[in-house]
Amino acid sequence: MNLLPWTIYLSFAGAILALAAGTRSATAARVIALGTALAGWGVTLWAGCQFSPSDGLLTLTNTTWIESLGIRFHLAADGISLTLVVLTGLAAVAGILFSWNIEERTGEFFALYLTLIGGVYGVFLSADAFLFFVFYEIAIVPKYFLIAKWGSTNREYGAMKLALYSFAGSALVLAGLLWIYGAGNASGFSLTELAAGAATLDPNAQLMVFALLFTGFAVLAGMFPFHTWAPTGHVAAPTAASMLLAGVVMKLGAYGCLRVAMGLVPDAIFWFQPAIAWLAVIGIIYAGLVALVQDDFKFVIGYSSVSHMGFVLLGLAAATPLAVAGAVLQMFSHGVIAGLLFAVVGRMVYERTHTRQLAELRRLPLHRLMPFTAVVFVIAGLASMGMPGFSGFPAELSILIGTWPVSKLWTLAAALGVLIAAAFTLRVIQVVFFSRTEATADAAETHPLPPLTWPEQTGAALLLGATILIGLNPGLLLDWIIPGLNSPLLQAIWTGGAP
Amino acid sequence: MWIIPAAPLVAAAITALLPGKKRKLSAGLAIGALVISLLVSCGMLHSALHAPGQHTFNFDWFNLGHGALRLGFLLDPLTAFMCVMVSFVSLLIFIFSLGYMKEDANFTRFFCFLSLFAAAMLGLVVANSLLLLFISWELVGLASYLLIGFWFHKPSAAAAAKKAFITTRIGDLGLLLGLLWLYDAGGSLLLYDHGAGVLEASVLASLSGQTLAGGLAVSTAIGLLIFCGAIGKSGQFPLHVWLPDAMEGPTPVSALIHAATMVAAGVFLIARVYPLMAADQLLAAVPVHALTVVAFIGAITALMGALIAVGQNDIKRILAFSTVSQLGYMMLALGVGSWTAAIFHLLTHAFFKALLFLGAGSVIHAAHHEQDIRALGGLAPRMKLTFATFAIGMMALAGVPFLFSGFWSKEAILHAAHAWDVSHLPLYAGLAAVMLTAFYMTRLVAETFFGTARSPAAGHAHESPAVMTVPLMLLAACAVLLGFTGTPACPWLQARLAGTELHSDLSHLFEGGGLMVLSIILVGAGLGAGWWLYGRRTRAQINDRDPLASAAPGVMTVLAHKFYFDELYAATVGRLNTAAAVFADALDRHVIGGAVNFLARFGLFSGAINREMDEDGLNAGFDRLNAGLRGTGVRYSKAQTGEPQGYLRVLAVAFVVLALVLIVGGVR
Repeated sequence: MNLLPWTIYLSFAGAILALAAGTRSATAARVIALGTALAGWGVTLWAGCQFSPSDGLLTLTNTTWIESLGIRFHLAADGISLTLVVLTGLAAVAGILFSWNIEERTGEFFALYLTLIGGVYGVFLSADAFLFFVFYEIAIVPKYFLIAKWGSTNREYGAMKLALYSFAGSALVLAGLLWIYGAGNASGFSLTELAAGAATLDPNAQLMVFALLFTGFAVLAGMFPFHTWAPTGHVAAPTAASMLLAGVVMKLGAYGCLRVAMGLVPDAIFWFQPAIAWLAVIGIIYAGLVALVQDDFKFVIGYSSVSHMGFVLLGLAAATPLAVAGAVLQMFSHGVIAGLLFAVVGRMVYERTHTRQLAELRRLPLHRLMPFTAVVFVIAGLASMGMPGFSGFPAELSILIGTWPVSKLWTLAAALGVLIAAAFTLRVIQVVFFSRTEATADAAETHPLPPLTWPEQTGAALLLGATILIGLNPGLLLDWIIPGLNSPLLQAIWTGGAP
Repeated sequence: MWIIPAAPLVAAAITALLPGKKRKLSAGLAIGALVISLLVSCGMLHSALHAPGQHTFNFDWFNLGHGALRLGFLLDPLTAFMCVMVSFVSLLIFIFSLGYMKEDANFTRFFCFLSLFAAAMLGLVVANSLLLLFISWELVGLASYLLIGFWFHKPSAAAAAKKAFITTRIGDLGLLLGLLWLYDAGGSLLLYDHGAGVLEASVLASLSGQTLAGGLAVSTAIGLLIFCGAIGKSGQFPLHVWLPDAMEGPTPVSALIHAATMVAAGVFLIARVYPLMAADQLLAAVPVHALTVVAFIGAITALMGALIAVGQNDIKRILAFSTVSQLGYMMLALGVGSWTAAIFHLLTHAFFKALLFLGAGSVIHAAHHEQDIRALGGLAPRMKLTFATFAIGMMALAGVPFLFSGFWSKEAILHAAHAWDVSHLPLYAGLAAVMLTAFYMTRLVAETFFGTARSPAAGHAHESPAVMTVPLMLLAACAVLLGFTGTPACPWLQARLAGTELHSDLSHLFEGGGLMVLSIILVGAGLGAGWWLYGRRTRAQINDRDPLASAAPGVMTVLAHKFYFDELYAATVGRLNTAAAVFADALDRHVIGGAVNFLARFGLFSGAINREMDEDGLNAGFDRLNAGLRGTGVRYSKAQTGEPQGYLRVLAVAFVVLALVLIVGGVR
């Protein structure tokens, strides 16, 4: 376990190395990036093997940073953080595999990429709110450059929109944190100290603080109606960045909602519950409907991401242990599945056909030209629509089981979202891969596309393996997540009162 | 007993990884795995008959903190009979497919999907947990999607696959909600669990004891939600629309999925949770009993399916609507309280309907994929075996008395409906459908096999190879013999299913003779009318007008259009869905995007701005916003108040340096 902070250090060190190596050889930068990501993922898996659920919240490192403000360099992990760092490691490796062909300023690309990953690891491991916030910002900045520099369609617009939304969100978060720190006379910025401080605020102030924190984070989690940055950002981003964006960055928001907003002000969630749950449910159905009529392949996946993140938010809003556990599992599941879908769309299809318009893809016999890609996308699509056997099923099932006792109506609406997900997923599968079918026998000879490379196949196999493994045995993660719900930081949500 | 579904599942997995050229190996694996399943199933049936009662094996799937979601297997006579039927019929259909799909380029993939389907279906029948049942249920739906759309180069097949998947998923939504409710109210999803399962007395009592607003018992509500799943899967009114379209799949698929097994899953589900469905029977003061709804839906479906079948011209579609109608009979039997009669009919129907579909497959195969009965004709002398077996299947379906299994199982249902004390309407619907069934099946046989060949394809037809005809003969034998396991004189099957003593007494054979005579008369009338209109003077040309259409053109048009259900749904649900999606899309592009970026301008041009202008406007808006932010930043930094973003940027850099110092310094 004590190796976990090295995920952060390694990523930053790898970033600097990749930058340095990139000036001489692009291959060196790639290898360094892949090695760093693999090492980071290895550390998380190793930590997972060492972890026993009874450990509760494990402090990894805790030193003074800014003494006068009570800010400490305090890293800690529980089962929930562990789940998400494992996801981060996996997404990082897969993302590098799918950006193996970046030729333009390779070193800088991977430097920014690894900085982003380091920031994400930092967020998931921080037990000090200020440190959390710093890492959160570190994760946002490289995203802007990745999209603006290496992106495609409308990239500057997408990058700017995403950055402004993110910063607006973090401004709200910062205001909320400072409010607790100042008005609650907290002795420091650690999450427990802030929670104690928040408990001394009067109820109305608590509600205000919660609203600031939750809204701030929910922007990044893609909550309706603050979701519009997500599809545009995804579409503009290069493949690896959209994989990370959907795979882990949106999880930062959801994780912040749980760990910071709900963790610090546990009582307020029940006051806001109807509002958040309705927004989540609207997000699920609304984004699903929008995905149904898009004519850009990547926009479909972008909106499906918003729809699936609605399940996470619904699980959090229901605030029963089961629903929240399901929400965390859904974060993992969606991270893997969305990563896979974006990889197919961005790397496998777009970079070979140079179009994402469904109307143009419809005219290509893609199931013949790229059979492996078609199979991967069909399986990923099945996972995305919540088929049993894939990770989305136990995740969404847990959320629905956990939400049912709270409100039958929300559950019904969310289950309707599963139906819509099936509709839009089947639509793109059919339009993109199985539309043009006549005279396909020799299509492979007449319109050859570049064959799939080994990094792509490895990356796809990794992500598919993960979603099937968790789909068959969700206990692997739930046995980490559920004890994590009773860690000192979160148990106040269920038991009431201050932590 | 986990071997029963596991064997085909493993075969499917291996086949999926095989290269497309290993045709023999893939088919061998699929058939071998199914033989294993069949043998194990027979063993299970043997032990289930000798030790009646529920034998369960439960285990945790994953832990939920307070409890665990549990899966389990169940062995009782119902499961055992279903297992034997599913694995046996599937096996014959697999063998038939060897011949039917011989020339298909994706032969390997076909057997992979078939195995997946068989695995899911067998998993469904051995489940002791509604969760495992639901998982298998979804996989059955998936396999059916893959198989219906197997010839995806036909746009109609791709559309039918999607329609089937989405329509059945609408029903599944109800089933899922029923499960969620059941888990919340009953505390478990296991069916039998030493007193704590949801089908056992204590839980049932608590479920039927709670009432909702309106006086509805919780068990009724849950039962009706679960029934939604059965409506979708078993093609009951009003979700029957997917089943006829599903005939776009290869014919063995139609036989396997849309006749013998998958569509029977809904009937099986209701029979399986019958104690739950019936839990509200003792309550007098409820507005509606769950089973009453089942009975009426079944009756409507039985009559409607039979009516529509009269107006169809595609050989497979006629059979598809007869399936809809027969499934309606089964639901009717469940609803009137005789689940054993329903399962009896399910089993006999599985055999004779598989027989009919495979017979149709043999015809279609011989006639170069001509499916329109108006273009066939004169096949009887050229395809003697197919004709003979098809005729047996037709007589079983039509309920020709005494010799054929369909007669006995249909009689059991009609008698149960007669004994139902709530209403006799379902009985009348059932009796009307008896006559219609005999009528449209006579029409089908007369048009297809008699008269002269009305197209070159039909003219060149010749008998199919033995790999196809042998399964037909085996099925034909079963279609006759199976009926004798459940005659009123010796209701062995019903007694074994229900676990009661068997009373065999020959004098019961003609019990309720009045009803039996009536139904025999109706069968005779149907056969006679069919013969009068279609057999006496056969069609000479493809384009000849249908005798019934000449007599009653309006009626025939309505029937041919299947009562306009597709049109109705397209005009209502479909249009609503599209409108909602377009509305949501427009909302996202214009309203939310606009509100964020340039509220004022949006107010002026909301309707007229096209997308390109929108983009320009958005960018400009952003630039302005940005410039504003920059200006603010500059002002703030001049005033030295520490604008938060800049402050954090410095902190971030400081942090990286600090982290490096810490690492280099070896401090952790």
